[in-house]
Amino acid sequence: MIDISASVMQYLLAFTVAAPLLGAAAALLPAPPGLKGRSPGQAVLRHGVTVTGAVLAAAVVLALGFDHDAPARFQATTDISWIQALNVRIHLGIDGISLPLLVMTALLFFLCALYSYFKLPAGPSPKAFVALLLVLESGTLATFAVLDLLLFFLAFEMVLIPMYFLIARWGGDQRRAAAWKFILYTLLGSVVMLLGLLLIGLNAGTFDMVALATDNGRELTHTTQILAVLAIGTGLAVKTPMWPLHSWLPAAHTAAPTVGSVLLAGVLLKMGTYGFVRILLPVTPDGMRTFAPYLGAFAAVGIVYGSLACLALARKGSKGDLKRLIAYSSVGHMGFVLLGIATMTPTGVNGALFANIGHGLITGLLFFLVGALKDRYGTSDLDTLAGATGAALYGRAPRLGALLAFAAVASLGLPGLAGFWGEMLALFGAFDPADGLSRPAFLTYMAIGGFGTLLTAAYLLIVVRRVCMGEHLPADPEAHPEARPDHLPAPLADVHGYEFAAWTPLVALTVLAGLWPAVLLGLTDPAVQKLLAGGNA
Amino acid sequence: MTAQPLAAADLVQSVDWAAIAPPLIAAAVGLAVLVADLFVADRKKALLGRLATAGLAGALVALLPLRAGDRSTFCLTTDPAACSYVADDFTLVVQFLVLAGALVTALLSVTLAEEGRLPAGEYWFLLLSATAGAALLPASRDLATLIVALEVASLPAFALVGMRRGDRMSSEAALKFFLSSVTATAVSLLGVSFVYAATGSMHLGRIADGLEHVPAALDTLAMAGVALTLIGFAFKTAAVPFHFWVPDTYVGAPLPVAAYLSVVGKAVGFTGLVLVTVLAFPAYSDVWGPALAVLAALTMTLGNAAALRQATGRRHSAVRLLAWSSVGQAGYLLVPIAAAAYGGRDQIGSTVAYALMYAAVNLGAFAVVALVARSAPGNRIDDYRGLYARRPFAALSLAFFLLCLAGLPPGIVGLFAKVAVFRSAVDAGLGWLAVVMAVNVVVALYYYLQWTAVLFRAPEPDAEQTEASDSAPAAPGPRIPVPVPVTVAVALTAAVAVALSGAPQLILRFATGTLFPQ
Repeated sequence: MIDISASVMQYLLAFTVAAPLLGAAAALLPAPPGLKGRSPGQAVLRHGVTVTGAVLAAAVVLALGFDHDAPARFQATTDISWIQALNVRIHLGIDGISLPLLVMTALLFFLCALYSYFKLPAGPSPKAFVALLLVLESGTLATFAVLDLLLFFLAFEMVLIPMYFLIARWGGDQRRAAAWKFILYTLLGSVVMLLGLLLIGLNAGTFDMVALATDNGRELTHTTQILAVLAIGTGLAVKTPMWPLHSWLPAAHTAAPTVGSVLLAGVLLKMGTYGFVRILLPVTPDGMRTFAPYLGAFAAVGIVYGSLACLALARKGSKGDLKRLIAYSSVGHMGFVLLGIATMTPTGVNGALFANIGHGLITGLLFFLVGALKDRYGTSDLDTLAGATGAALYGRAPRLGALLAFAAVASLGLPGLAGFWGEMLALFGAFDPADGLSRPAFLTYMAIGGFGTLLTAAYLLIVVRRVCMGEHLPADPEAHPEARPDHLPAPLADVHGYEFAAWTPLVALTVLAGLWPAVLLGLTDPAVQKLLAGGNA
Repeated sequence: MTAQPLAAADLVQSVDWAAIAPPLIAAAVGLAVLVADLFVADRKKALLGRLATAGLAGALVALLPLRAGDRSTFCLTTDPAACSYVADDFTLVVQFLVLAGALVTALLSVTLAEEGRLPAGEYWFLLLSATAGAALLPASRDLATLIVALEVASLPAFALVGMRRGDRMSSEAALKFFLSSVTATAVSLLGVSFVYAATGSMHLGRIADGLEHVPAALDTLAMAGVALTLIGFAFKTAAVPFHFWVPDTYVGAPLPVAAYLSVVGKAVGFTGLVLVTVLAFPAYSDVWGPALAVLAALTMTLGNAAALRQATGRRHSAVRLLAWSSVGQAGYLLVPIAAAAYGGRDQIGSTVAYALMYAAVNLGAFAVVALVARSAPGNRIDDYRGLYARRPFAALSLAFFLLCLAGLPPGIVGLFAKVAVFRSAVDAGLGWLAVVMAVNVVVALYYYLQWTAVLFRAPEPDAEQTEASDSAPAAPGPRIPVPVPVTVAVALTAAVAVALSGAPQLILRFATGTLFPQ
């Protein structure tokens, strides 16, 4: 949109990846004079906001300077040799597929830093919190910006340690077990993924994603492709997470602090699906074609499984935790993304990428809201919250209730909001999958997925009914004595200013992406067309 | 070695003193320290430690003029290609590893010796002799020199292990180490004699030629010789099933000696293994290739499984964990050697690169353990709880070392060293070994991470009566000052590990180039 010279773009991209890392190192040092703030904690939290803000600004400028007429071309590229022995190059670049993810990541991190500035989760020092958050940001941004397989792996792994500590140190109940489960699951997956990446790199003679994508798997034998897809796919599927490899996710989400949940759902899960699109689709198309029906089947099962799990949790008397419920709903939503990828058609993959962004915005918002709810009530247990008739959020904190209802209907895929287009396109892609894929199978998946949308609507509406509605009366103390220590009808604190600041951008973008999907699709579509055609289109 | 009648001029070998300087300096300084010990007054014993450290530094400097990697000496006058001492790239890299490792060990032990907890004269003499042997070994190109070097490297090590006077565990450890090592050497010598009988030569290059056409009658003898020779070196590397001495020996030995054994001792075994397999026995690669591959798989699996089972509250659990983890790491180091049987001798470059990484970070980990052991002699992993609050620098360094060993970012060099090893396995078609290793890497991550997590946990509330806030520097009891040399050792290894993480090419270039002259 605006003309920025190539070298400036290059520096901007390098800055977005490197700045958080440098910021993390700086966060550990004592604050320089003049920036001491009111207290060391406040100073370092402000530092976090500043750095993530600068990175967001750089990402926005990158998006503005991005040549929107050629989103299929890699822009802002840097390509320097790093480890000659392994032929690893520091190759950075963005195209229409990675740019939206990059901007969304930078945005979510900024919002999380802002939110934490006012509401730091209980735990050890804020210094370590900010440093870990920034390392996490660097790793996720690098994942979307690198174009070298081994560098991708490095970035993919880089997020584990900070996320582990964020859950294990700043989390809620059961946090140690959840953190262990998270890291061991992901590690097991990613080591297998490393073997697959090596298999590709050694057989094709290069780790460069652009070269590999252009080659479109012609250098690789069918057996190699199958093994590679199996190995890499497993690693990515754990991260995504694909049913039945998802069981780390609910535990991690339930235990993580609000900010951790937002980032986990909003950003970390996207790394898995991004890997599918960026690596497996273009580099090993034959292998993908073999496994696509199975991937589609797992995705379809995941959609229904996630929804049924949510329905069970939302039922009265099932002691369902709201955070766990949203985590399971993520399994369902990511099922749509995987289904879109499995169709191997431009429509499906575009839908998958759209659903990625939609899910990041909406589920990020949902986790923020549930975190706020938990702060106010001291619990996120749905039964305790709802009591006998419902939590009556509309009456007690109308703005919070309205936002929750908004996020819920966005999540169930109401047309006009961001959740709709991705899922619709994914299902649409399944209606007419790529040549060589079994159409009846995908039609079945589509039907199952469609049924899943109904279930999704059902549980989200139940949640809205139980949390937002209900009798707003001076409650009888024996019905819910411990949950409301302040005793009704004292109104709950409604949305604070900083919460508005952190949530408004997400709401606005959800509406924008829902009403004007061309913003995103215009970016992704040319890149996806090129990707599926082997870089020749 | 050659029994032909020769003219007098042919008998005289010219010695390239510069080429043999590194082991020679170590040995000479060792002797000088031993003699000086007799004449130096008790209160000036500290000088001996400085002298020994300076000697090791000098030996390192002596490597510089050799860096072209084209020197050789003690060659047969009748065949200048058959030399007993060769300073090629492989030799120089391993000598650097050995001498630098010994230097860090020396830094760790200076204070212990000055405090009189180690007998100064003997300790430095033994350390330098062992180092001289270890530095000689990679340069040896005939079996006799190889065995002599191996013995020079091991014999002082037995005494070093038993150095903690009056400690029953220390003597027991030394005895265990000694008995099992001597048995292995005897077996290895038997193997060498078989090989000599089958080929009629001691020089590795000539053995390689000789083994290509062994008479059918001697084939079994040659094969047995190859197998027995390898067993001796496998013991030194602490490969399963020759690993049982490791934990007790490490725990019984003084900490710096345990560090030395885990790095330099292991380097000795691997160098010997590389030399005999790749240079002398390539003809029998179909025998030792699969054997080493299985050995590698067993070693890493058993080592990691045992490390996983270490209870964190047990006495010496920190050292025990490092001991078992070093067994597991030995398994990774064996992988490229096994791959060399299938993919050619250049594969062992990955072993060298991995060994360099391992040496730096493992010594670093031991250095931090030595530092912590000063205030918590129990050496339990639980003692590390809240180390970050007490000593942030030491805790961050240890975390970094452990993550390098685990191969997880930010320990980038560990990750890429593992990638190099994976690559050699995949290259050689040992896919199953790569998968076994992958599983092991994950298992190992568990205990490395567990230890890392302990470092950052809040200090135990009952240990300190003061406020539980972690921003306040919690110091239970009087803060024990850290000796400068130990700090230097930690800083040095941490700096190396960080530098290598930024530029892994520094060591990984060995994984692609060829280390032996063709």
